[in-house]
Amino acid sequence: MRELSLHIIDIVENSVAAGASNIQIEVEENLIKDYLRINVQDNGMGMNLEVLNQVTDPFYTSRTTRRVGLGIPLLKAAAESCNGQFDIQSTPGLGTLVNIIFQHSHIDRMPLGDLPSTFLNLLVGHPQIHWLFKYQYNENVFICDDKQIKDILGDISLTEPTVLAFLRKYLCDGIVGIQNN
Amino acid sequence: MSLIKNLDELKKIREEALKKREIKKASGEIQIIVGMGTSGIAAGARQTMKSILETIEHENLNDIVVTQTGGLGLDSREPIVQVVIGEQPKVTYGNVTPDIANRIIKEHVIKGQVVKDHIIPQ
Repeated sequence: MRELSLHIIDIVENSVAAGASNIQIEVEENLIKDYLRINVQDNGMGMNLEVLNQVTDPFYTSRTTRRVGLGIPLLKAAAESCNGQFDIQSTPGLGTLVNIIFQHSHIDRMPLGDLPSTFLNLLVGHPQIHWLFKYQYNENVFICDDKQIKDILGDISLTEPTVLAFLRKYLCDGIVGIQNN
Repeated sequence: MSLIKNLDELKKIREEALKKREIKKASGEIQIIVGMGTSGIAAGARQTMKSILETIEHENLNDIVVTQTGGLGLDSREPIVQVVIGEQPKVTYGNVTPDIANRIIKEHVIKGQVVKDHIIPQ
């Protein structure tokens, strides 16, 4: 995968598979302290220590259709090759927390990529989940809690063309807006 | 760019969508499913989904449910997109680039013509 935002989708799909109803994604770019941090927190079923110790093994996967996983091990390797670190904590029955840090200016760091599209896809593709997206660029913060949006929409679908247009603009303005501030 | 202003705009969008719904007759639900497992993402599934959402927006299509799911077990044919229209059987497409996704919506979803060259036989 060539973008960190694609890795975010990959981690989050694990949260969805773990039955999470609340997922919080935080992305922080700090150019002053020179780090990029991604934090994904879910309230899914969690993992016991035995499974947790295996998830960074490329030959571990929970899927049944193929014998290798690769999503998490590749991301861990990417972080570690950029003076960063990969940390995963999990409590069975409570949820999982994934925290990844990169040296922002490291030459091998993958670009963050299209974060607005990533958030929009997750929001629309898993409407039953309560999403909290937080993007921070130095001191500027953009937060999107989808509860407010869904409360207003009621039974109007997120895939209504006018709603899609709104969401795309809202996420894009919010994220790109604070980068240029 | 305040949140309150945005939410007010969203309320207007909701009211307009509700008005439109009263006029429209109920047709069979259309569901589009995008495989978003690790191999799907690596093969470009996010761009495929983006293209689907943009086409829905541009063609102004109502009542389409777009969801993403984990790997569908067809790694070599990723990105995978499935289309379900009403009671009709599910159609599975493979190697769906953003352009193919656009074609699937324009030909299959809008006109009911299956895009034969990208079907994966069930």
